[in-house]
Amino acid sequence: MSLLWVPLLSLIGSFVSAFSGKLSRNMSTLLCAAFPAFALAIVVYHGAAVLDGETLRFHIPWIPLLGINLSFRLDGLALLFCFMILGIGLLVILYARYYLSTKDSMPKFYAYLLLFMTAMLGIVMSNNIIQLWLFWELTSISSFLLISYWWHSSDARRGARMALTITGAGGLALLAGFVLLGHIVGSYDLDVILGQADLIKNHALYPVTLCLILLGAFTKSAQFPFHFWLPHAMAAPTPVSAYLHSATMVKAGIFLLARFYPALSGTELWFLLVALTGLATLLVGAYMALFKHDLKGLLAYSTISHLGLITLLLGLDTELATVAAIFHIINHATFKASLFMATGIIDHETGSRDMRKLNGLWQYLPYTATLAMVAAASMAGVPLLNGFLSKEMFFAETLHQQILGSMSWLIPVLATLAAAFSVAYSMRFIHDVFFNGEPIGLTKTPHEPPRYMRVPVEILVALCIIVGMFPHFAVDDILSVASQAVLGHRAPEFNLAIWHGLNLPLMMSVFAVAVGIFIYVQRKHLFQFQASLPDLDPKRGFLVGVKSLVNYAERISGALENGSLQRYVVLLLLVVVIFAGLPLFEMEKLVGNQGLTPIDPHNAIGATLLIIGALATVIWHRVRMVALLMISIVGLMVAVAFTRFSAPDLALTQLTVEVVTVVLLMLALFFLPHRTPKESSSIRLLRDVGVASSVGVIIGSICYAILTRPLNSISDFFVANAKTGGGGTNVVNVILVDFRGFDTLGEITVLGIAGLGIFKLLANLPLFMPASDGDGRPWARERHPMLLASISQTLLPLAILVTVYIFLRGHNLPGGGFIAGLVTAIAFILQYIAHGSNWIYERFNVNYRKIIASGIAIAFLTGVGSWAFDRPFLTSWFEYFDIPAVGKIELASAIAFDLGVYLTVVGATLMILASLGRLTASSHEKQEAN
Amino acid sequence: MELLYACCVGVLVSCGIFLLLRARTFPVVLGLTMLSYAVNLFLFASGRLVVNQAAVLGYSTSYSDPLPQALVLTAIVIGFAMTAFVVILAIRGRADLGHDHVHMAFPKLKKGNK
Repeated sequence: MSLLWVPLLSLIGSFVSAFSGKLSRNMSTLLCAAFPAFALAIVVYHGAAVLDGETLRFHIPWIPLLGINLSFRLDGLALLFCFMILGIGLLVILYARYYLSTKDSMPKFYAYLLLFMTAMLGIVMSNNIIQLWLFWELTSISSFLLISYWWHSSDARRGARMALTITGAGGLALLAGFVLLGHIVGSYDLDVILGQADLIKNHALYPVTLCLILLGAFTKSAQFPFHFWLPHAMAAPTPVSAYLHSATMVKAGIFLLARFYPALSGTELWFLLVALTGLATLLVGAYMALFKHDLKGLLAYSTISHLGLITLLLGLDTELATVAAIFHIINHATFKASLFMATGIIDHETGSRDMRKLNGLWQYLPYTATLAMVAAASMAGVPLLNGFLSKEMFFAETLHQQILGSMSWLIPVLATLAAAFSVAYSMRFIHDVFFNGEPIGLTKTPHEPPRYMRVPVEILVALCIIVGMFPHFAVDDILSVASQAVLGHRAPEFNLAIWHGLNLPLMMSVFAVAVGIFIYVQRKHLFQFQASLPDLDPKRGFLVGVKSLVNYAERISGALENGSLQRYVVLLLLVVVIFAGLPLFEMEKLVGNQGLTPIDPHNAIGATLLIIGALATVIWHRVRMVALLMISIVGLMVAVAFTRFSAPDLALTQLTVEVVTVVLLMLALFFLPHRTPKESSSIRLLRDVGVASSVGVIIGSICYAILTRPLNSISDFFVANAKTGGGGTNVVNVILVDFRGFDTLGEITVLGIAGLGIFKLLANLPLFMPASDGDGRPWARERHPMLLASISQTLLPLAILVTVYIFLRGHNLPGGGFIAGLVTAIAFILQYIAHGSNWIYERFNVNYRKIIASGIAIAFLTGVGSWAFDRPFLTSWFEYFDIPAVGKIELASAIAFDLGVYLTVVGATLMILASLGRLTASSHEKQEAN
Repeated sequence: MELLYACCVGVLVSCGIFLLLRARTFPVVLGLTMLSYAVNLFLFASGRLVVNQAAVLGYSTSYSDPLPQALVLTAIVIGFAMTAFVVILAIRGRADLGHDHVHMAFPKLKKGNK
């Protein structure tokens, strides 16, 4: 099975889980677990080859031009993370089955969880950094969904928002870093990038790139000072915390550091930034953890501190430090996930996570308590458990590094101090919760959880012990291939053993335990000291920043968006005036070198009429009926202009559209006031006239500049090929149905959508029914004049005949689907006007929506038809046939396409006008009934 | 001739925009209609002004540019569809709101209600 299936299976699982609401809880859990289990099997199947040192790859070109491909790889590091993601994921799925109550939606939870799993698998397996980033952002989004799973709690919403803001912002920095990296190397391929370490490190952009990528990693892995989102994310259900905040999501940042270790590390800047950030995080986390009364809060800060530890290790300049970092990734995942799960059990059984209330639980939950205590001991670094081994390695490496020059001794000292705090908070976790007297104020008596809820914890704790006692057997292989992937060459010799002899690291451990116990015993004084400190959490800065940003955005949008359409339009037009007007002033000469044609009297008369019509519309715009008449003069003159300047198709279209538009606006006037009151102040009028005339002057000037310059067009191609390639002599029509047929298909679709939109807008219209026109005169009773009725009825067949003629000749002479459709529509509208819609409805009951649909379908299918002949979409076909007695005729696929255009135009136009017309008719009937 | 044509386009744009800036729906619709005339004429002009040279093969020796014509033809039809949509929107607005103003007063967001 190919590597693609690993993330794909969990993605499919996510969709399947989302629809498993009908199944029982057990079935739904089983179904959800099947997908990652299968993916895990695939990983195990490939694992053998990877453990032998191979790197498996999978590659599909996606946008090769931009260097963006779908490509995955599985090396030692990815294998280790896949095991953790899928393995712990499966345990969490089982655990969540018992943790979630019947009120919580299981399908939703599992769908989000598997979506998150997909994202994590994508990150660790990506072989293309843009793709990696995509999955990186998907983890931010899916973790947002998981943290806000209990969306009704405001804490959950706030925590989710905070996590998304911080990790999302970091993700943007990461993207910038990746783009720079791609720019430096010239490829987004991870294989290529990892092989170009020298090029990257010597590039001038290296410091910026490094800082941006580290910003992404540090925000994700909750490094100081971005750590504060993690404690707030504890509002998530505990299985989410066990999964995201111990083993996976927060490890993504660490993974990123490890993944780019061969390409980016080894410089002074890397060591300082990574090591010092790690050190600060380690100390702050360990210190703060002690003061949290919430169990999950304690674990959250402890996680922060351990993440700092791993980061610090990656920032040390010895190779063994890297091995130790990877070892600690494994160990931390096992003991922290089990601790979170144990906390979930305690919360589930007692209804509280407050350590001031929880005491003496040993007597109620002896089994769970034992498991939790083993895990907590591992967290503290007690011998025979896995946490001890990596902590010893950590101490040893702090002694070997040289990154702070002569002050390098500070690092082992501070590391021991942090370890002492970690012993102290682990002790608090054990002593405060399971011993230390009786529980206070619990609402229910705790007892052991369901059998299978404990199984995941048991497995993880067993792992802690196995790794702790037989490290060589358990993790040697995977650790060495993973280290090899991080270091880029064979891992150095390392010896995982419980007993290394009486050496300095062991002394440091003993010292840390002793100091830790002392701190815990004397904690009262520390608590008092901490309580007297002002709140130094960087969270406050974040909150203040967010608040001021929101206020600023509100002020800006409030200032711009005041609800006045006029104001928006004026602002937009001013932008046009500036950007279109200024270049005109820079031009030397407006008039081009093409000779002007003389003005003949016909043109002069037409232009005068057009200008008079336009001005009259403006002058009488308050008397709406008059304005409508005036604007129709303008439309008519535009049609005449098209006729004059060799565009017969345009003239026909303009003429027919003009008729339809005027009918439409007349109908509209029935529902709208007939006069516009005088409202505009003089200053407003002055402003509008100013804006309108400046835009007019600019557009007119541009038009003049175009007209007086020679034409350089691509149209020669169309003229040359219309007959031979498209089979028609009317070039405009051939362009519409053939050369640019795809455009036309889009346009009739828009037409159809507009028609449907109008249909919906008119549905359930609360009718505003004026009883009289604007001046108080009642509407005429005589609705359908006899003369018009009989003439229009006689005209209809004639009009249809004309339509057919216009349609058929369209390919070779002016005409075609658009014009024929409009003429048909006008013929029918005349019937509506003459007889009323009820009369038509009785005789000609057609669903116009179906006509629109069939029109678009015919046009589309004509296009699809060319696939049958192995041609691209919308290739046209034509042939001449000799039919006896009729003569030579041409058949072309373009005719079918034009038929689709025709039907859509007829359907849309009639739907618009007929539905509006029907409303006026029904309002008339209501009046008559009254 | 070119100057006259450009003047017509300029006048149509000015009148269209002036109407577009009115406060009631119907003049705005008229303004949009007039603006679309202007835009169509403007686009058409990019094929230059020629007389008696329709782009129908075999009827003359040289032809007007057919490409702007094809573009403008669909623009006219779509322009109608959009005008119709805006008109119906205006009617719906009148029916729902009881007036035909284009100016809408936004309810101010309450503080803390985010």
